Amino acid sequence: MRLELRGITKRFGSLVANDSIDLVVEPGEIHCLLGENGAGKSTLMNVLYGLLAPDAGEIVVDGAPVQFTGPGDAVAAGIGMVHQHFMLVPVFTVAENVMLGDEHTRGVGLLDRAAAAARVRTLSERFGFDVDPDAMVEDIPVGVQQRVEIIKALSRDAQVLILDEPTAVLTPQETDELMGIMRELAGAGTSIVFITHKLREVRAVADRITVIRRGRVVGEATAASSEAELAALMVGRDVELTVVKEPQPPGPVVLDVRDLSVIDERGALVVDRATFDVRAGEIVAVAGVQGNGQTELVEALVGLGEGVVTGTATLDGHNLLRLGTDDALDHIGYVPEDRSHDGLVATFTIAENLVLDQVDTPAFAAGPALRRTAIRANAEALVAEFDVRTQSVDAPASSLSGGNQQKVVLARALSRPLRLLLAAQPTRGVDVGSIEFLHRRIVAERDRGTAVLIVSTELDEVLALGDRIVVMYRGQVIGIVPGHTSRDALGLMMAGCPMDEALATAGSDETPDAGLLTGGAL
Amino acid sequence: MTTTVEPPAAAPAQPDRPARTRPAWWDTVVVTVLSFVLALAVGAVLIVVSDPDVIDASSYFFARPADTVAAGWDAVFGAYRALFEGAVWDLQAESLGRAVRPLTETLTVAAPLIVAGLSVALAFKAGLFNIGAEGQIIVGATLAGLVGFGLDLPVGLHLLAAVLAGVLGGAVWGGIVGALKARTGAHEVIVTIMLNYVARFGLAYLLTTELFRRPGRNDPISPIVDGDAQYPLLLGETYRLHLGFLVALAAAWGVWWLLERSVIGFRFRAVGANPDAARAAGIHVERNLFLVMAIAGGLAGLGGTFQILGTEKALTTGISAGIGFDAITVALLGRGSPLGTVLAGILFGALRAGGVTMQARTGTPIDIVLVVQSLIVLFIAAPPLIRTIFRIRTQGMGAMQVSKGWGA
Repeated sequence: MRLELRGITKRFGSLVANDSIDLVVEPGEIHCLLGENGAGKSTLMNVLYGLLAPDAGEIVVDGAPVQFTGPGDAVAAGIGMVHQHFMLVPVFTVAENVMLGDEHTRGVGLLDRAAAAARVRTLSERFGFDVDPDAMVEDIPVGVQQRVEIIKALSRDAQVLILDEPTAVLTPQETDELMGIMRELAGAGTSIVFITHKLREVRAVADRITVIRRGRVVGEATAASSEAELAALMVGRDVELTVVKEPQPPGPVVLDVRDLSVIDERGALVVDRATFDVRAGEIVAVAGVQGNGQTELVEALVGLGEGVVTGTATLDGHNLLRLGTDDALDHIGYVPEDRSHDGLVATFTIAENLVLDQVDTPAFAAGPALRRTAIRANAEALVAEFDVRTQSVDAPASSLSGGNQQKVVLARALSRPLRLLLAAQPTRGVDVGSIEFLHRRIVAERDRGTAVLIVSTELDEVLALGDRIVVMYRGQVIGIVPGHTSRDALGLMMAGCPMDEALATAGSDETPDAGLLTGGAL
Repeated sequence: MTTTVEPPAAAPAQPDRPARTRPAWWDTVVVTVLSFVLALAVGAVLIVVSDPDVIDASSYFFARPADTVAAGWDAVFGAYRALFEGAVWDLQAESLGRAVRPLTETLTVAAPLIVAGLSVALAFKAGLFNIGAEGQIIVGATLAGLVGFGLDLPVGLHLLAAVLAGVLGGAVWGGIVGALKARTGAHEVIVTIMLNYVARFGLAYLLTTELFRRPGRNDPISPIVDGDAQYPLLLGETYRLHLGFLVALAAAWGVWWLLERSVIGFRFRAVGANPDAARAAGIHVERNLFLVMAIAGGLAGLGGTFQILGTEKALTTGISAGIGFDAITVALLGRGSPLGTVLAGILFGALRAGGVTMQARTGTPIDIVLVVQSLIVLFIAAPPLIRTIFRIRTQGMGAMQVSKGWGA
């Protein structure tokens, strides 16, 4: 099926989300739609899927113009969509989810579960999905849930499959598997529209790339284009992909963690005798696959953990574990892992969010009263300094894009002299332009002599920022290695391979894949 | 079942809604006013179908339909006229003094509704649903009454001591809820409902004891509070309006200042809007939960003092008069803002005061007022309902909203 979008325009009031966009998807093609958050990719796909009506332009399927009044029309025309947030019923089986909305019955309205299960099995075998039709959706990993969504679309005879930011929720291994599946599908003649802002994925899998910026198509590219070219197209200026980091001799130990263990509420040992230190003027990056104790470690350090904490953690010799969060934050700048959950109060204004942890200090409070002019001035200064894109500091935090929200969280953490910056997933779900900026600010803080502890599940980020890298696996510190350790060795260690073995297997030299390392900022 | 598969209409996130030219509060005001109008309209239907004259006329409806319509109009007009005359301005009064009397009565009744409404609204800002204003009013009134009739203090000091005792009583009653919530995670709705019972039946018991029973009486009623401990009347003996109304206005300003201008209020709002982010920013969430419930309880307790030291003067089991429950409605109607709560409190005061007159003059049952009160809030709780109903008049805009809302 050949799909064509001609001059699609979609406005929301004064905002033009899509400005006469043309897009052609050939049969069996993997077509990447690349653009920063808020560039208009999702709007375009919602138009294509019949969720939004375009103000102008037309959709052409195999040469014939079509009109979609809802997703049902789009599905009937052979378009399937896998949303970023899955639309699955957790307590239903895979087969039940697949037949939901397209139930086949036999006899007097009895559901034909066997047929649905057989269909799932057929599709699963044909494309190597490895999905059990009788498994409960809530019991299967995220990557498999995503495949269920794909099966759902395929079982409705989708010839064009839209994948909206499919890798945002996947581990690196799952991402690789997904790319394999995409190639299989394309080989079988299904067209795929792959929406993303991750350059490495685009180059790995795309046949053709369309770059969108501020609602317009700003260029087409092929997988042969360099990451720098793609990034420049996407952001509209040259982007520094590598973080410039001058070598700097580290100062005295600031954070000293010894034998720190955390037992969570369920009685599981989630951090197991972690020992490491962070020196002044140094970035220590904690690497590890999500769920290996990093979250609990960070929360224990700032007094937020709900479990039992044993061992010691000192900040400049003072016992950190005795302090509450309130006192700990006097010396620590804290960037929580999940900004919308723990970092920001969505309904509060940007100005209010920027003083959330400082509101009781003399700078912003005169006795019981808020110093509103000071809070405002602080916000104006930080918004300018951190280049937060907003119309007003009085706008609610929820009105900001993910990258700008993250800038607010980091700006708040860095708005005062710190002994330690503790940043968990500092660039998760953030676009390229913002990542570059956030990384530069973190390095600048290190250059100022602050001790910096970064936790990241993105290997690229760990390699880009870390002067030293602490690898965690199942709650244990499995090794502490220098910042220039190879990706392969780190990957092995993240999978549980002991440090010596990993270094011996992968070679401890500078990573051979220099191209990927320079893409580290992404 | 079929709807589950497709993403809901709201699924495509459109954060960049166009900025409307008219301010955000305007929609709120419009919806509120329309809800009131609609509730009165439904009330009118109830008045018509329950009015004996209308029922008589409808028996020969097909012979003379005009009679039924006229009788219906008379019934509605008469009832609502009486409601107005009982709440705002008595058109039949001979003197100006008598004419404004309903208005003063409205404000008198409104005072405890306002502070109790503030109690609910304040707790709501911190994410807590205070169903317990009723119990807090009872405890506040009980302690204020005890000081009022049980102690002998100098002029001025006596009133002050009685009011403080009432506020403190309410604060303790609310603080218990906050402490249980903070320490054990007990849900405040359950705890406040139960504490309402404790307060109500505790007072019923106390009124049988020597300490509270009025000498020479066997029924559950306490002695009358000393004149020194009563709120001074604002407009002389003819009217019941007392200082409490001004105290209520001051309390509303105080709550506004607390929420919008103070560090404590900033924390309350942060805890209410996102407790996780508040905790991660070093705010002591539990401490604030306790504090806000204590202050909320104190406000309701203040409402209790208006009852005992302002209007009722003696404790009975009915001292709270359901104000604590109406307060929830008042706070919802006022959208949780102090100014809104004052206005909603006055409106409900008017309905309470006017309802009595309506029943006395036209025989329309006062329950109609309760129905109207409930409907107002019901309509406000469902703004799309109001917009749908009144869209008939704003076709163009309505159609635009449909296309946006359903993304079609």
